[in-house]
Amino acid sequence: MTDASITPPSARPKSGLFAPDARTRKRNAAEKRFRLYGMAAVGVGLLFLLFLFTSILRSGLPAFTQTVLDIEFTLTQAQFDTAESKMLKTGEYQNIFVAALQGQLEERGFEVEFDAKAIGRIVGKPGVTIRRYFLENPDRVGTPAGFELAASSRVDGYANGRVTRDTIVDSRFLMTRDLDLVDALREAGIIRGAFNWNFITGKDSGVDNPGGAGIGASVIGSFFMMLVVLFLSLPIGVAASIYLEEFAPKNRWTDVIEVNISNLAAVPSIVFGILGLAVFVQFAGLPQSAPLVGGLVLTLMTLPTIIISTRASLAAVPPSIRDAALGVGASKMQSVFHHVLPLAMPGILTGTIIGLAQALGETAPLLLIGMVGFVAREYPEGFLSGFTDANSAMPAQIYTWASRADPGFYEKAWGGIIILLLFLITMNAIAVVLRRRFERRW
Amino acid sequence: MPFTWLVLIILALATAGYVLGRRRALASVRGDARNLHSLPGYYGANVAMWATVPAVGVLLVWLLAQPYFVNTRVFSILPDSVVSQGSSIGLVMSDVRRVADGLDVAIEQGAMTRDQASALDTGVTDVRALLGAAGVALGSDVSADVLFAAQRYRALNGTASAIMTVVVLLIALGGATYACSRSTAGFRARNTVERGILALLIFAASIAILTTIGIVFALLFNTIEFFRLYPAADFFFGTNWAPSFSGRGGASDLGVLPLLWGTFYISFIALLVAVPIGLFSAIYLSEYASNRVRSVAKPLIEILAGIPTIVYGLFALMTVGPLLVSMFGQDTLGWMSGGTAVMTAGLVMGIMLIPFVSSLSDDIINAVPQALRDGSYGLGATQSETIRQVILPAALPGIVGAILLAASRAIGETMIVVLGAGAAARLSLNPFEAMTTITAKIVSQLTGDADFASPEALVAFALGMTLFVLTLGLNVFALYIVRKYREQYD
Repeated sequence: MTDASITPPSARPKSGLFAPDARTRKRNAAEKRFRLYGMAAVGVGLLFLLFLFTSILRSGLPAFTQTVLDIEFTLTQAQFDTAESKMLKTGEYQNIFVAALQGQLEERGFEVEFDAKAIGRIVGKPGVTIRRYFLENPDRVGTPAGFELAASSRVDGYANGRVTRDTIVDSRFLMTRDLDLVDALREAGIIRGAFNWNFITGKDSGVDNPGGAGIGASVIGSFFMMLVVLFLSLPIGVAASIYLEEFAPKNRWTDVIEVNISNLAAVPSIVFGILGLAVFVQFAGLPQSAPLVGGLVLTLMTLPTIIISTRASLAAVPPSIRDAALGVGASKMQSVFHHVLPLAMPGILTGTIIGLAQALGETAPLLLIGMVGFVAREYPEGFLSGFTDANSAMPAQIYTWASRADPGFYEKAWGGIIILLLFLITMNAIAVVLRRRFERRW
Repeated sequence: MPFTWLVLIILALATAGYVLGRRRALASVRGDARNLHSLPGYYGANVAMWATVPAVGVLLVWLLAQPYFVNTRVFSILPDSVVSQGSSIGLVMSDVRRVADGLDVAIEQGAMTRDQASALDTGVTDVRALLGAAGVALGSDVSADVLFAAQRYRALNGTASAIMTVVVLLIALGGATYACSRSTAGFRARNTVERGILALLIFAASIAILTTIGIVFALLFNTIEFFRLYPAADFFFGTNWAPSFSGRGGASDLGVLPLLWGTFYISFIALLVAVPIGLFSAIYLSEYASNRVRSVAKPLIEILAGIPTIVYGLFALMTVGPLLVSMFGQDTLGWMSGGTAVMTAGLVMGIMLIPFVSSLSDDIINAVPQALRDGSYGLGATQSETIRQVILPAALPGIVGAILLAASRAIGETMIVVLGAGAAARLSLNPFEAMTTITAKIVSQLTGDADFASPEALVAFALGMTLFVLTLGLNVFALYIVRKYREQYD
């Protein structure tokens, strides 16, 4: 028994566990609402991601296909001789080609009226290609020869749905009535889509030829830039981290360096571009648009990232390892280089790869050192000239394409983004695998 | 190429020095390494270090100093009349360099011999045509003075390079010999080598400082140069941005206010998008979500941070812009006339900043001690009441810091605004109008054809300085807030 007297409650609660009162209901509703806001925020974020990727894929995938016109016909010796004796030789070949195309269409039961000019608008100048082929292979005259001709970018756009009958404007590039011919050729199986290898391996084309543009040369430019970044930022970053983490005394100078590094990590990338332009190009006189200069600028940008991650993985190595090394008579330097550094290596490599991936996608500094506007028409000649010859880089090439007037290039820009993202995904995947495979918990 | 050869020779010397030093140290104790102070390898490394470090140091200094030295010498022999004919000293000197390079190319191709090149006379041969044939295009005819200066330039450069090669090789050899002679049993090779390595490590750590100094100087000198040509007051308080693209004359209005306004407006809209979404996702993921949801959703949202900004720029230009036009454009509401607008850039930049806000806030919310939550639950508060009235106030300084960091990101972002915001500098309140930012104008002023010495190009450095100071201030302030907050609970 207790002394406490049981006093009856002055007012009975209006509700019990099973019937919540108005205030509880309100609080519970607020709770639910708040939770819903959170879910909505996550949902919106994921939706944006989905939207971004679908729009990349939808707009970029057409860049990997190319509409080609497949035709096989026989050029007789007599035709060859007459064509070569004419004044307008390629024109004569064009006529032969048109006749052959007409024949093939009729053979498959299609009736379309067209002239050589329409063909010119659809596949450019087939006569040149055909003549060159037969001049180089004279023994093929008289036997059936197959040709795969790339269709013009407008026809490409029509096949991809970028250009429709409603949006097309009659011009010297493509007329509405040409589309009838294109449709007929498509149904006859003469025009078809093929994988566009040229986009992946090719060089950039001029401003009026989106069909021939390829990203290959700028991939090489990016590759050389990444080489510079890797071979400068990894040793410098690791050396700086080792000093700061293992040797630096706690004094003002060390503080200054640390504050500097964290500030550099937050300096806008365009400022690094200004630095590159003023110091590397104008002051030191290094060649403009060269992957070497781009690599140097990106190295300075990547250094803070690498230093921060390297320091984290050095700090993760337990002090007992160092103590054990020192205990058996190693010097401080030996304990770091022989024991701590190898154990921290997986973490360092992961950080480096992530830093490189960041540098690979960076565009703004490249704009200032002149990598944009340079048309990457050629591959570098050799290994050394790959560093110093003007070249483009993947993100710079994408920007160049995006700022050209012909909408055919937009598709290429999106396609370039797919390739860039593939590289980034691969690098990040390697980093994740490295981390999973070698990460040690002490 | 002699330079590559020189480096290769130094490396070969170092390798030979390593072997020699090691052998000599071992010989001094008759092959019994136990009597040495250090491991034999350290004696070798010591010699290699002495062979390379001083030589490479001298080489670098020489390479930096030589162009300056040669330029002043060549410039002193140029008569004043050349400069007054031409437009500036720099132009004449670059002419001289082009001619000299052209002569080098011509000799390399076998178009002329070395002696012919140094005996050329403008009175006898047309140098421009000669070099044109060798594939070196010159802007104007070569005057006798310029040709003479170019020949002098080549001669000086040739002599200097020859001297440099000899000096550097002598230093490398001397260093190796000196270190080799000291490789005896009592010599503390390890201590020397380790001191050398430590110096290298310190140098690597100082590169961060050198970078900052480089940035500050590059911006500062050119900014001062700009203010010499254009009044600072007009730059900071001018409300009109209209650079003249001819690049000559003072017709340009270069007021920074419209650019600042555009920058802040776009950043504001970006934060308006990113802060609620980022903050609420951080709250949901850290307080409500199950481990499974969290482990999927968090990395997915963080993908948004790993996507290069050029992708967002293209996304703004080609997807979001046209989408907004179809919603608010001439056909429907008539608010928007083109795809590039403050709204387009702001929206896309907001998407980019979501993971930035969310992962920073996530860390900060997780750092709030569990005891605070438990206390609040113990008083009968619901989860959302705990979050709103206990956790958020406790985390507020950190969240403000995160938002400030995101703002500094937004201000410094370039590609999205270059592609998505338009090029017209305006002071307007309508978010559906095209405006431009500091970063976009830095790009357009420095990638144009303007002469580097003109105020139209130099203004980019003043803009860069403004940007640098702005973002640095924001970062320092944000880090200060975050750090101050952390001290409360640790």
